[in-house]
Amino acid sequence: MKSLAELEAIRKATASRINLRHEDAADTTRVVIGMATCGIAAGARPVMLSFVDEINKRQLNHVTVSQTGCIGMCRLEPMVDVIVPGKEKVTYVHVKPEMVSRIVAEHIVNGRPVAEYTIGAAEN
Amino acid sequence: MDIYRAHVLVCGGTGCSSSGSATLIDRFNEKLAEHGLEKEVKVVRTGCFGLCEAGPVVIVYPDGTFYSRVKPENVDEIVTEHLLKGRKVEHLVYVDHATREQDAEKTLDSITFYKQQHRVALRNCGVIDPENIDEYLAMDGYRALEKALTTMTREEVIDEILKSGLRGRGGGGFPTGLKWKFTYQSQADQKYVACNADEGDPGAFMDRSILEGDPHAIIEAMAIAGYAIGASQGYIYVRAEYPIAVKRLSIAIDQAREYGLLGKNIFETGFDFDLNIRLGAGAFVCGEETALMHSIEGKRGEPTPRPPFPAVKGLFAKPTMLNNVETYANVAQIILNGADWFASMGTEKSKGTKVFALGGKINNTGLVEIPMGTPLRSIIYDIGGGCPNGKKFKAVQTGGPSGGCLPESLLDTPVDYDNLIAAGSMMGSGGMIVMDEDNCMVDIARFYLDFIVDESCGKCAPCRIGTKRMLEILNRIVEGKGEEGDIEKLEELAETIKATALCGLGNTAPNPVLSTLRFFRDEYEAHIKEHRCPAHHCKALLQYVIDPAKCRGCTACARVCPAEAITGTVKNPHVIDPKKCLKCGSCMEKCRFGAISRQ
Repeated sequence: MKSLAELEAIRKATASRINLRHEDAADTTRVVIGMATCGIAAGARPVMLSFVDEINKRQLNHVTVSQTGCIGMCRLEPMVDVIVPGKEKVTYVHVKPEMVSRIVAEHIVNGRPVAEYTIGAAEN
Repeated sequence: MDIYRAHVLVCGGTGCSSSGSATLIDRFNEKLAEHGLEKEVKVVRTGCFGLCEAGPVVIVYPDGTFYSRVKPENVDEIVTEHLLKGRKVEHLVYVDHATREQDAEKTLDSITFYKQQHRVALRNCGVIDPENIDEYLAMDGYRALEKALTTMTREEVIDEILKSGLRGRGGGGFPTGLKWKFTYQSQADQKYVACNADEGDPGAFMDRSILEGDPHAIIEAMAIAGYAIGASQGYIYVRAEYPIAVKRLSIAIDQAREYGLLGKNIFETGFDFDLNIRLGAGAFVCGEETALMHSIEGKRGEPTPRPPFPAVKGLFAKPTMLNNVETYANVAQIILNGADWFASMGTEKSKGTKVFALGGKINNTGLVEIPMGTPLRSIIYDIGGGCPNGKKFKAVQTGGPSGGCLPESLLDTPVDYDNLIAAGSMMGSGGMIVMDEDNCMVDIARFYLDFIVDESCGKCAPCRIGTKRMLEILNRIVEGKGEEGDIEKLEELAETIKATALCGLGNTAPNPVLSTLRFFRDEYEAHIKEHRCPAHHCKALLQYVIDPAKCRGCTACARVCPAEAITGTVKNPHVIDPKKCLKCGSCMEKCRFGAISRQ
């Protein structure tokens, strides 16, 4: 027998699991990871897993993680785009798994992109 | 409970299961494990998506990519390309029937087939895993039960259903709220709630899909109904021929009991309610309410005259409230969103949406849910995609054996209970079978009557004997032995059966004949007077003929003919001997010059 509060907890937890099946992506933040051969070779898979882990840990049910192909700047891989609705797309380059928790905490949760990891910083 | 980065939804409805979706699921799991993706990508077996024509259907989220007709050998490609590298497999993407586009960026909702639909009863079908109560809970499941039990009185619940204008989706269209009210008002020490899942109309599979895709919606609604009318026990009467539905329903009931959503003292409100499944052996008459209840009691499934109505004296002689699966599927949504929300959809006297099972000569065979009042034309052409192979539309059959056939001239009829009856058919449970120019309407009427004769329980004479006599006349007509006066005899029999049969099955049994007589009388007359079948369908009335001008004498037809009825020499026109011809049509299929025709 479950109490009303327990049912509510199940609802919430499950909603975050199946949230990505909705198509109204208007309020969804997307993390897009370049995972063509170049990206994978540069270590994109552990980066992606770290993102999934971090989002899982923080129960961020408005964030989806997806993959994309080669963008053409293979030398900067692994590359990650973070697209917050209503904001400009931010591209991070040379991303390593240990950088992920900071991107999630500062950018996705608090809305402040991590300037030093971005493509703008790398190119200067 | 982990978050996965992608979900692969595979349809586990009956349609896709029979085209091999179970193998797909195994293959996906195997391949994902092979690539080490099993912790990132989750495979979910859902209920029916509705587009059975394109099955097996696979959807990959978060992209929302809609793959159709996926074969086990395609799984490799989807895993290595889409799931591993993030490249959509373009050639497997669904081709939109209206735009002919194969657009991988298009999501489910923007596909023509779904665009005009409005899913209330089917809201969770194809979205959640029906064998997982948590996913139902996440879609606001059991919130309506909670709302009803903790914040509403029994009268308020009944009032809400009354105000919503919901009518019985099993075919009769009786106001659901009134039924609830009558049962509520009956005084008794024990009352029952029952669910009619004995879907028997040929071609109808909406109840099956709801049970397979969203079984908890029915359990929740029945518990709400139990609270409203004062019943502590419910029965779901479901056909044994629906094994997937029965299995998922049993799993769902067990899960609901485990969570305390069925059983004693639900939500600590003092309300007790439990459910049991009763299997039907598949007799059509058991969809009739009194027969259904006798069958649940373990007696022979035969109807008894009403009154007494079930609301007064039903199951085990106690007041019983019986609703159809689709009716229940709307209940929780009405309680949650309010009667006004529900009443805002549909027409003046028919509120809400209706699910139809599209079948027959139509491109998009499948399940569609549309607001009441949508014209037949837009269901058949916009959603259904029209008749295949460029054939001309002739008629649409609605309401199963109790309904009728509507011709092209009535295609602009807005679909609701009253309009369909006025047009000479009925809503029925929602089977919609499309016929094209190759279908003979006399033969269609004969088919439905044949079904009725088989399924008549035999208790009352008009149905037992009357339908049999009608079938004999129709059999004669399609064999070319029709006589003057046959049509009048059919009409007389039909009227008598309608007026005197004991139950709904008998009362409506002549409808297919009456409606085809009304709209396609000329076809009956052609059969009887000219011994000719205008659709070239009735075997006894047609002849295969070779046009000597077109025949090149290739001998292909003579070689394929199983009866050796075709003679001729090479490079000379061949001839069919009508006495030997079996009318199998093999020669016509074989002929590359279009020289053989049916006359």
